[in-house]
Amino acid sequence: MATREVISTGNQLAAMAAADAGCMFFAGYPITPSSEVMHEMSDLMPARGGVTIQMEDEIAGICATIGAAMSGKRALTATSGPGVSLKAENLGLAQMAEVPLVLVNVMRGGPSTGLPTRVSQGDVLQAKNPSHGDYKSITLAAGSLAECYTETVRAFNLADRYMQPVIVLLDETIGHMHGKADIPTAEDVASGIVPRKRFDGPADEYFPYECGPTEPAVLNPMFEGYRYHFTGLHHDKNGFPTEEIETCRKLIQRLEDKVAMHEDEVESYEEFMMDDAEIMIVAYGSVSLAAKESIRHLRDAGIKAGLFRPITIWPSPAKKIKEYTDKIEKVLVVELNIGQYHSEIQRAAARLDIDGLFKVNGRPISPYEIVNKVKEL
Amino acid sequence: MAFNYEKYLRLEKMPTLWCWGCGDGVILKAFVRAVEKLGLKQDDVVVVSGIGCSGRFSSYVDFNTVHTTHGRTVAYATGIKLANPDKHVICVAGDGDALAIGGNHTIHGCRRNIDMTLIIINNFIYGLTNSQTSPTTPTGMWTVSQKAGNIDPTFDTCDLAIASGASFVARETMLDPKKLEKMLVKAMEHKGFSMAEVLSNCHINLGRKNKMVSAMENLEWIDSITMPKKKYDTLTPEEQLNLFPTGVLKEDTDADEYCDMYAEIQKVHQGERKKITQDDFAKKI
Repeated sequence: MATREVISTGNQLAAMAAADAGCMFFAGYPITPSSEVMHEMSDLMPARGGVTIQMEDEIAGICATIGAAMSGKRALTATSGPGVSLKAENLGLAQMAEVPLVLVNVMRGGPSTGLPTRVSQGDVLQAKNPSHGDYKSITLAAGSLAECYTETVRAFNLADRYMQPVIVLLDETIGHMHGKADIPTAEDVASGIVPRKRFDGPADEYFPYECGPTEPAVLNPMFEGYRYHFTGLHHDKNGFPTEEIETCRKLIQRLEDKVAMHEDEVESYEEFMMDDAEIMIVAYGSVSLAAKESIRHLRDAGIKAGLFRPITIWPSPAKKIKEYTDKIEKVLVVELNIGQYHSEIQRAAARLDIDGLFKVNGRPISPYEIVNKVKEL
Repeated sequence: MAFNYEKYLRLEKMPTLWCWGCGDGVILKAFVRAVEKLGLKQDDVVVVSGIGCSGRFSSYVDFNTVHTTHGRTVAYATGIKLANPDKHVICVAGDGDALAIGGNHTIHGCRRNIDMTLIIINNFIYGLTNSQTSPTTPTGMWTVSQKAGNIDPTFDTCDLAIASGASFVARETMLDPKKLEKMLVKAMEHKGFSMAEVLSNCHINLGRKNKMVSAMENLEWIDSITMPKKKYDTLTPEEQLNLFPTGVLKEDTDADEYCDMYAEIQKVHQGERKKITQDDFAKKI
């Protein structure tokens, strides 16, 4: 695949990726540290005939995004933790009505207003279940500048494949990081777009929510002669409200299974110096950059450490994690929260003796902190 | 010839969830007659609703339909309209939906003057959740959440829409379906944000403890608090108190419409025109 070299920031790269992936709509609300995504989209969208609108609040930002996506357009919104909290209910509607969109969350310190200009990974569990009810989220965590681009592109393709919102987690460090990145050409991205499935038969034979038990709905664009109904209520094959017991059960089970039964397709991770590793560090997002640096130092000191980096963090690469934790005794999860993904590693490993290095003061973790912690294990 | 309601209604979804004697059915019929009068293609229309009795409006009409979350109707509709500026977007919301939980979106929809129609069905109470106070519940009335009497001051829906910048604002009641239909035609014809308030009854939830237990009593009360604008304008401010004027209250055909303005933004970014400046606007601040 052809690449190009760009000098940019993580936030700008996410916006650029959206535009290259065919996104035609952005709605959002200013919030640190994600605002630059909107700034960039406000130039990129109108230049190619799309729209960027600054809405009156975070809730309106996600609602307008869902509206555009319902009509058939690829659509993006971006925010930070407090914004996701406000958007949560409507993310639930997008899960329920199976509306594909991408949400970029550039994480800052929480809870509440927290540390608006400082880094955190405190929204990892929020990304798994932002809204009430049962559904299976897809969340990708970018671990480099280039991945701010490539994972946003992948998020759009996954959203259209599974017909649901996909969250891309950046954090303040990577969102504001400025540097060189090798990214795919726009032409390559365009040729790799996997559009939503659509139904081309007669309208009276179209049932948008009648699909296999592990497949997403097939939602044709609006205004093309297929008049159906979107609702956040439990609904039947045409999208109309129902309380029929079997229909309700099947719907919610399908929201889970359409992702759960295709985890292999969604799964993505990086193994760094894991071949002979005797100590496994688990890190994702910007923390993985410090982890890689620490591993180089540890290797120089004769300590065989390796990094396992989930890229798709929800659903987690549980099978692969178990494979490693079954044979590696010393496992250290490093993250900028108090063990949000640590508990997922414990679950996947079915082990309680997983170590953690956690930091919640708004500052990045340095490679030396990781080196020192590993030496204590 | 009798009007062919079957063309526009999803009869298989009937009977509706609405109570016997509810005004929503009258509004539903007036709405589809207005659509027919305007000659809109069903495929080109999207009806967006929120939560509450009015929220079910969208499921009974055969257009592209969206039943959203509580209060967010205009925000969803804004996304649909901006992404499809040549289509017709109709929002239907109740008084609680549009003025309480969704108040912010109503205000800013009006302010942007984006080309869509917001029909606010005002029955002065939360109906679907059984008689809680709404922003339009008259002071002193009984509600289940204020059994000692409502002390919360009330919104005037139309005043709010006018002050917020909607370019078309009108009010009718469901007592006169013909006038209602005419208002909806005008509202949907209007280019820009049109807010059409329809006063309707809820004898079940508003009326039951406020001495309007039948639909007729509730409707008589609505009749007693409304007056055509022409006549209303001849009254003194003291006489106007406790009365709502009906008819078209504001119609500004010169106001810039948001999608048109956004097309100018696109031209700027595509190098077809200079940047927009303050000189492009008569009203700057």
